[in-house]
Amino acid sequence: MSVSSTSPALNRALLLSPVVLTLLALIAIPLGIMGYISLLPRNTYGGVDWQAQWQLQSYVQLFFQEGFDGELELNWVYAQALLRSVLQAGGTTVLCFLFGFPVALWMSSLTPRRRNLMVLLITIPFWTNLLIRNYAWLIILREHGWVAQSLNALLPSAGGITLLYNDFAVSVGLVYSFLPFMILPIYSTLEKLDWRLVEAAYDLGANRWHALRRIILPLSMPGVIAGALLVFVPSLGAFITPAILGGGKTLMIGNLIQQQFGTARNWPLGSSLSFLLLAILLVSLVLYALYSRRAAKTINRGATA
Amino acid sequence: MISLHLKKLPATREISLLILAYLYLPIFVLIAYSFNANRSATVWTEFSFAWYGRILANPSIQTAALNSIIVATIATVCATAIALLAALATYRPFYGQKMVEGGINLPLILPEIVTAVATLLLFMALGIKLGLLTVIVAHIGFCIPFAYLPIRARLNDLDKSLLEAANDLYANPWQVFRRVTLPLLWPAVLSGAVLAFVVSLDDFIMTFFVAGPGSTTLPVYIFSAIKAGVTPEINAISTLMLVISIVLVVLAFWLSQRGKQQ
Amino acid sequence: MKSKSMRLAMSGLALSCFTAFGAHAAEPKELFFYNWTDYYPVDLLAKFEKETGIKVTMDGYDSNETLLAKLQAGGAAYDVIVPSQSIMQTLIKQDLLMEIDAPSLSNFQYVKGPFRDPSFDPGRKFSAPYLWGTTGFSYDSARVPGGKLDDSWKEFFEPRKELQGQLAALDTSSSVINAASHYLNVDECSENPQDAKRILELLQKQKPFLKMYSSDNTVDRMASGEVIMMQNWNGSTARATLQKSTIKYVYPREGLAMFQDNFAVPKSAPHPGNAKIFIDWMMKPENAAAVSNAIAYANGVQSDSLLDPKWKVMDAINMPEEYASRLRPEKECSNKARELQDRIWSKLKG
Repeated sequence: MSVSSTSPALNRALLLSPVVLTLLALIAIPLGIMGYISLLPRNTYGGVDWQAQWQLQSYVQLFFQEGFDGELELNWVYAQALLRSVLQAGGTTVLCFLFGFPVALWMSSLTPRRRNLMVLLITIPFWTNLLIRNYAWLIILREHGWVAQSLNALLPSAGGITLLYNDFAVSVGLVYSFLPFMILPIYSTLEKLDWRLVEAAYDLGANRWHALRRIILPLSMPGVIAGALLVFVPSLGAFITPAILGGGKTLMIGNLIQQQFGTARNWPLGSSLSFLLLAILLVSLVLYALYSRRAAKTINRGATA
Repeated sequence: MISLHLKKLPATREISLLILAYLYLPIFVLIAYSFNANRSATVWTEFSFAWYGRILANPSIQTAALNSIIVATIATVCATAIALLAALATYRPFYGQKMVEGGINLPLILPEIVTAVATLLLFMALGIKLGLLTVIVAHIGFCIPFAYLPIRARLNDLDKSLLEAANDLYANPWQVFRRVTLPLLWPAVLSGAVLAFVVSLDDFIMTFFVAGPGSTTLPVYIFSAIKAGVTPEINAISTLMLVISIVLVVLAFWLSQRGKQQ
Repeated sequence: MKSKSMRLAMSGLALSCFTAFGAHAAEPKELFFYNWTDYYPVDLLAKFEKETGIKVTMDGYDSNETLLAKLQAGGAAYDVIVPSQSIMQTLIKQDLLMEIDAPSLSNFQYVKGPFRDPSFDPGRKFSAPYLWGTTGFSYDSARVPGGKLDDSWKEFFEPRKELQGQLAALDTSSSVINAASHYLNVDECSENPQDAKRILELLQKQKPFLKMYSSDNTVDRMASGEVIMMQNWNGSTARATLQKSTIKYVYPREGLAMFQDNFAVPKSAPHPGNAKIFIDWMMKPENAAAVSNAIAYANGVQSDSLLDPKWKVMDAINMPEEYASRLRPEKECSNKARELQDRIWSKLKG
């Protein structure tokens, strides 16, 4: 089809070379350096002892540490931080789904012009600065703010509800940041949905709820899963929002990593923690890839019906 | 055409409006407090433009703003160019396509703390001095996927027969690109560029780690300023940044819509 | 051992050679100043530029470790940095600092006695004094039962019933662990895991009573009434007291950490000549006083007479003599001790 003398493969390689170079330089090599550092012992003054022998100390430290009483104990701290980050990410994903799905549904029921407007409206908050967003929530949720005051006025028996520096505030902040990531993929899947199937369901006597549960939801699964991935993965590494809105009372894996390169001056441990996080991400991505391949086959079968 | 009425499910409208309110509440609070005459972000006194005057006169803010714009502009141009080439290379299926696309989108998925630290380590290992250049290079990395996605999406939607006809008409691929592909893609390219620009403007974690002397950008400045206390000055800067981002995003959106109609 | 005058003469000779060389090299009139955020009045930089023609660009960091990491990573080319005394030895031993020989600078004569020859930099070869402060705690006497709290860490670590849930601690592991160590009468750089265990237990007992851990916004947090008591630095407390006069600062009798911040010049500084001019200029009483008056921390230069009267009445800045024995200069801990501290902190927050 191409009339050029060079092969399409060569063309492609040439076109891809800048991006591949950038990827190599900015991601592959830095990660490689980080991997190298994770295998070295730490320097007395912090940083890394480049001259020393390779060792797996930093990976061992992830799981085992000398307890205060001297014995080698299973290191729960990092596992707990990891678990907490996973739970936080999972919770955020679920909440984003619960709030995002109705919005995506409504959006797909609007006129095309209004639909586009909604897409725009949903995207704009995402373009605000992360820090600024969190500080705005700080102002809104604080004890003397009008939200807290009115809530306490309405429910005096609850004995002073605090909206800030707890898991509630962190959830509010995280869901705020990631909601668009859930809404947009679901919406785009719903747009391509074959609504004739739904129409058929109504004709057969199903009510709205049944149609939703049996037809719309299953068919929109690819969008839901894509959205879930787009929310789960970044919120796993989120640590600024929990630090600001959570009152700094808990440590997420992101905090731990930052700590190792900061106050703890333990670069090898920071590197190994980063790889642990990346490993979890990789697992999620692989699961997603497997799922989407299976789902694609199912959808193809369904769409041709 | 399925009647829209069919798609309407109960309560979705009410929930959606609530969610919209939730999404915009902080933005309004931010803007409102930037006009608060009182220094403390917690007590409202009266309406005032004073803070805007102060930030516009503050030399540190001016430097930071200038740095942000320089970094964003250069990073955007480079990232968009690279992304355009990559999109042209990947829209037709080929062996390993999914992997390459995955690689291009990798910065979106990697936690920024990890990439920020790793990039700092890279510069350290190479002995490169931290400064505006290192910030720009780092920004190009994560801006590429943002520029790539709209261009790629548009390429998907393009009428392939147009491209085939063009290939038959023109003597070489370069002419095809210049006369047919690029004009068709242009709205998406601009859209991608604007997205990349906004992302670069707002970036904090990466910049914090790889910035050198005198290369503070606005978000890093805000981070430092916040440590001292949230003042209406910060609200004012944030509002300005927000307005600029919104204008740019609306522009990107409008451009991509115009493109779709062609 | 060379006499002092000989030493001065030698330094003077070296300095003049250096400046001659500097003049030949014609350093551009700029300076990159890397300082703690909110730790220097910006208008003073303008005054410096007016008097010397050197333009200063100031960037901020939030902790000694960030500074250290940036210096160790090698890339950042700053001219003047402000390390605390607790990392001076690390910087010196890792050969990251340039010798500036502060006593040879003309304004060194104004430096106060105790700051002229500190243990962390004998002979002031690498540094000059900047500001010093303490980390105690502050409280709002208007909202405290009885209007006064005992000057003991007990009030902070084992708060009274009315204050539970209304306190904040700094989000800096070294500060919190230091305070706990002093309260428990344990070495702040202890390498003994049993000490670490006791500290952890104390902090874990306190945690439910804390509203938050935060090192940001310390001035407004007290002044706005968000918390009634918080672990705080004396300067922040003084500034908060300006906004709300009932705020008081406590020098706990079990001991409180004292930090001393200093000017230093990294080895890789691109404008070392300008750096020395700046450091020398900062040792002038009027300039040191300008900083103290703006940020409310005491400085190491003889400038007490220039201290603004509004600060003179506050014991947060004007420390009463009887509290001098309570000061515990922050020490630099070994890797082993720091590992213990890191573990305490991770377990506490975990």
